[in-house]
Amino acid sequence: MNALLEISDLRLHYPRVGLRATPPDVLRGVSLQIAAGETLGLVGESGSGKTTLGRAVLGLAEPSAGTILFDGADITHLSAKRRRPLAKDIQVIFQDPYSSLNPAMQIADILAEPLVAQGATAADARGSVRSLLDKVGLPADAARRYPREFSGGQRQRVAIARSLALQPRLIVCDEPVSALDLTTQARVLDLLVDIQRETGVAYLFITHDLQVVRHVSHRIAVMYQGELVETGSAAEVTSSPQNEYTRSLLLASPTADPDRQRERRELRNALRANATDLVAQSR
Amino acid sequence: MITYILRRLGAGLVLVFIVTAITFFLVHAAGVPVANNLAGPQATAEQIAAINAKLGLDRPVLEQYVTWISGFFTGDLGRSYFSSEPVVDAMASRLPVTLSVVVFAMIITLVISVVLGVAAAARRGPLDVVIQTIATISNVFPGIILGIVLVFIFAITLRLVPAVGYTPPTESVPKWLASIVLPAVVLSIGGIASLSAQIRGSMIDELGKDYIRTLRSRGVSERSILLRHALRNASGPAFTTFSLLFISLFGAALFVEKIFALPGYGTFGFTATVQGDLPIMLGLTLFAVCLVVVVNLLVDLVSGWLNPKARVS
Amino acid sequence: MSTTNELDTVVLAEDLDSPKRAGAFRRLLRNPLGIGALITLTAIIVLGQSAPLFGVHEPAFSSLDAVNAPIGTPEYLLGGDQYGRDILARLLFSINVSLISGAIGAGVSIVIGTVFGLIAGYIGRTTDAVTSWVFNLLMTFPALVLVLVLYPVTGGSYQIMMVIFGIFLAPGTYRLVRNMVVGVRSELYVDAARVAGLSNRRILSRHILFVVRGPIIISVAFLASSAIGIQAGLAFLGLGSTLVPSFGSMTGDAFANIYLHPEQLVWPSLLLALLTGSVILLGNAYRDALAGPQTPVRRKRTAPPLARREGASSAEATTPTAALLSVRNLRVRYPQADGGEKYVVDGVSLDVAPGEVVGLVGESGSGKTQTAFSILGLLPPEAGVEADVLSLAGESLLGVSPKEMRRLRGGVVAYIPQEPMSNLDPSYTVGNQLVEGLLSSMSRREAKRTVLELLERVGIRDPDRVFASYPHQISGGMAQRVLIAGAVASRPKLLIADEPTTALDVTVQAEILDLLRSLQNEFGMGVLMVTHNFGVVADLCDRVVVMRDGRAVETGAVRDIFHHPSEEYTRELVGAILDEETVRTDPAPAPGAPSAKEATR
Repeated sequence: MNALLEISDLRLHYPRVGLRATPPDVLRGVSLQIAAGETLGLVGESGSGKTTLGRAVLGLAEPSAGTILFDGADITHLSAKRRRPLAKDIQVIFQDPYSSLNPAMQIADILAEPLVAQGATAADARGSVRSLLDKVGLPADAARRYPREFSGGQRQRVAIARSLALQPRLIVCDEPVSALDLTTQARVLDLLVDIQRETGVAYLFITHDLQVVRHVSHRIAVMYQGELVETGSAAEVTSSPQNEYTRSLLLASPTADPDRQRERRELRNALRANATDLVAQSR
Repeated sequence: MITYILRRLGAGLVLVFIVTAITFFLVHAAGVPVANNLAGPQATAEQIAAINAKLGLDRPVLEQYVTWISGFFTGDLGRSYFSSEPVVDAMASRLPVTLSVVVFAMIITLVISVVLGVAAAARRGPLDVVIQTIATISNVFPGIILGIVLVFIFAITLRLVPAVGYTPPTESVPKWLASIVLPAVVLSIGGIASLSAQIRGSMIDELGKDYIRTLRSRGVSERSILLRHALRNASGPAFTTFSLLFISLFGAALFVEKIFALPGYGTFGFTATVQGDLPIMLGLTLFAVCLVVVVNLLVDLVSGWLNPKARVS
Repeated sequence: MSTTNELDTVVLAEDLDSPKRAGAFRRLLRNPLGIGALITLTAIIVLGQSAPLFGVHEPAFSSLDAVNAPIGTPEYLLGGDQYGRDILARLLFSINVSLISGAIGAGVSIVIGTVFGLIAGYIGRTTDAVTSWVFNLLMTFPALVLVLVLYPVTGGSYQIMMVIFGIFLAPGTYRLVRNMVVGVRSELYVDAARVAGLSNRRILSRHILFVVRGPIIISVAFLASSAIGIQAGLAFLGLGSTLVPSFGSMTGDAFANIYLHPEQLVWPSLLLALLTGSVILLGNAYRDALAGPQTPVRRKRTAPPLARREGASSAEATTPTAALLSVRNLRVRYPQADGGEKYVVDGVSLDVAPGEVVGLVGESGSGKTQTAFSILGLLPPEAGVEADVLSLAGESLLGVSPKEMRRLRGGVVAYIPQEPMSNLDPSYTVGNQLVEGLLSSMSRREAKRTVLELLERVGIRDPDRVFASYPHQISGGMAQRVLIAGAVASRPKLLIADEPTTALDVTVQAEILDLLRSLQNEFGMGVLMVTHNFGVVADLCDRVVVMRDGRAVETGAVRDIFHHPSEEYTRELVGAILDEETVRTDPAPAPGAPSAKEATR
């Protein structure tokens, strides 16, 4: 099976500033694959490197070792010029709906931007805007408004529409629903799943929220301090994890049922009393 | 720490070389006819040649600069072309005058700005207007006009203070203060406008931060919050502004000295530059560079001390 | 599938980053100072070009007849100066000199500062470090001293002097532009543009320059007026060609004459002030116009912050209640930009019994945080708070003085914030900050001992080290423990926690929740827990209050809310909780099968 995205032994550290020592590796040899049309959920806490991995795939962070293959082609270190055509294949949805849209641009311009960057005429781009808005359930008159006139959930829909403009085959979703209210979250997740069913786009879905990742992912990968500690189908990883860290992660996230939560708490305390302490001592 | 200071001073030395060299060569290239100015319009060619030889102006430019630089290390900055007074002495007698006005102005500025800025941030409303007004006045009326107006009102019409002249403190302290108060006030108005606005802005920013609210939730007194916490954190940028102000006042002092006829370095520098009195001009440049290096170093040290992140590393 | 019910546009707080260009200019014209400044400036500029129309003498032409001529002398409308020159003529010609000075000084500074600021800000790293160092150094130089020293190089030309001065003004512009570029460069929408394949040039012009434009225009005004003032000053000193008339040289000449003919000072001073004044005021007005409609100046309410609603019976207020916290009909309002008022909390009632944990749940904009802060009395001064009943541990908080409120805070009611790092003063050690809150009720030594014990109690392994540490030296989880220690230090009866675990990692979250539970048990505190996370509610809370749009929609025991919600909104909320049973079961499209995209090609 030819994976759409194949990451092999990726390592990354942030660039040195001046003459200081090389900073430590943020990614320490990560390997994973995503098939076409599939959602891979990438779960981890802060400092796990999950966002950095996403940025490396997008070309926003430069790996120091390892390879990233997209559809067989090596995209690990591409110059800006060679990277440009990739925009038609790989797109992004960011977490923060408040800073991922330029507040001084109208929605129509925001949505047209990727199309124009890839050579479409302004007229063609404007034409696509309407259908994009439609796909994410926003009214046509939203085109001439500014981001500040919309709620967080609506802005995130605009961000989703923007990511769809070039009809990519892979979208990196970096915590796309973390900043949204509960009710809005559910709606946006449904939208993402629907879009995947219609267009067959693959998602690299990065999040820290186990509930969320369960809902959208076919497969789940768990990251801890720059390394992948577990990968598997969503069902396996979330109900019978093999790795201790994954287990502690699952038990730590509270469930919305008082009685079940009490059971979970007791389980967690038991686990902590017996198991080796993976988590850093200095919390 | 010591190595840091030494490194900075070393860098400062390099800067001295660079700036004085640039100045030296630029002024030389300008070709001010020093000998002609000295000898007067009736001078003969031989007289001019003689002057040039005596002052060393006929030697190659590079050699002249090297002479000056080696003099710098021995503490001898040469002599004025025009008065033959040693540069070091000339500056030593002028600078205290300028310094007393500038330092006095800085004290006034600091005290008033801190009080105004902190009070305006704590009690929004009427004091904001005061600061705005001062800022607008100082912006709209260039210093020379303000100076002239003040001279007219306080010195000529009301005769409260002398309009011109300087009395050294060694002679009489009250008269000294009287002779520098008006120039210092003129100098400080612009400084108060910018520093108080800056302190007010920083304080308002700090007071809006989360940790202030959390401190309040523990019952900490308003006074402690204002002075101990907010002011402490807001003082970093304020200190930088303050030091920039200090340096810029040396420039502004030029005008003030002319208006009030103070025998500071201003008028003296002005004469030198018009006549092409290179040793004096270089002496002034040297002073300016040293001022910049020392003040920058102090600002970095104090800012570093104020910022715990820098202090512990 | 989602519905298009989100048609109601939500107008959020003014976004100061997005000036509407046309709107700004219109606002400028409505500002009286702005209009006045614009008219004055235009008039002066026109005046400067129209000297020939006035039929005046050449500015350098002097005649013995005109020496110190009074105002109104024929042919010398504004009189003659001490050299017998026509004052009106010199005045008119001086205008252009000043205008040119302003243009050169501002122009040089803007060009140099903007170009280098854009480059340094966008490329960053070493280029930025080097350029910033150079400009910093340049900024500290006493410009005037160096202009003075370099005077021979200028040959007396004021234009060249202004170029030199402009170079010294450049660092200010550089810093402004660079900081803005750095700020914008790290915005996510620039990342999105890069992923879309936008070239650097396009990113700079489309996103970055756009943001920078406004502040640059504003600083042009200030730079120009600064240059005008400096040129006037230099001319006043006598630096510069005597053939060139300028406000400065006129003032300088008149100053020498001040005892005999002080009136000669009036004209140049007046016109110079008008010129610099109108430029500055225009800059100010444009800056105000750019900032957009502002909410009214925050003014403290004259009435005490917590006021009893008029008409509330005093019987209601004074009835002793067994509840630790009792709130009836709480309302919080804020003044709006258009002069009206908006109620963010509109009639909320709730109780917290001693030792009970009550969850205050709602989505963003529900008013739950405002409710919590109004109980603490920590709302900003422009907030208006009223209630029928607001009592804490038997004492009414209505109409209480700030001093009294301060006594209650910490001792009776305490607060745990959401974001740990930003809630610690970065300049003081952790121990120092915590001890400070206790000094009103115990000695310093006792306070230190109490704090150390507490730090250990909240699970910090090395209390002495943490006590002596600065906030930047400890992790987020540790910081939250510190804040919890600070909150329970004086044994409060009621703890108000504002989303205390939202900013933390999930494993740390669990530990903090455990900690809160054990502390609550040990001290018997009542807790008002503001949260949007139902997992937290299920873990800790006994009762729940659901809020929406400033109102309490439903109240009940925690199991009732989860299993039998009675209100529609509560049902909707609980329904939106992601079910733990659901896992994605539909298969990914088989590899090799055409995707919808390919099918449509």
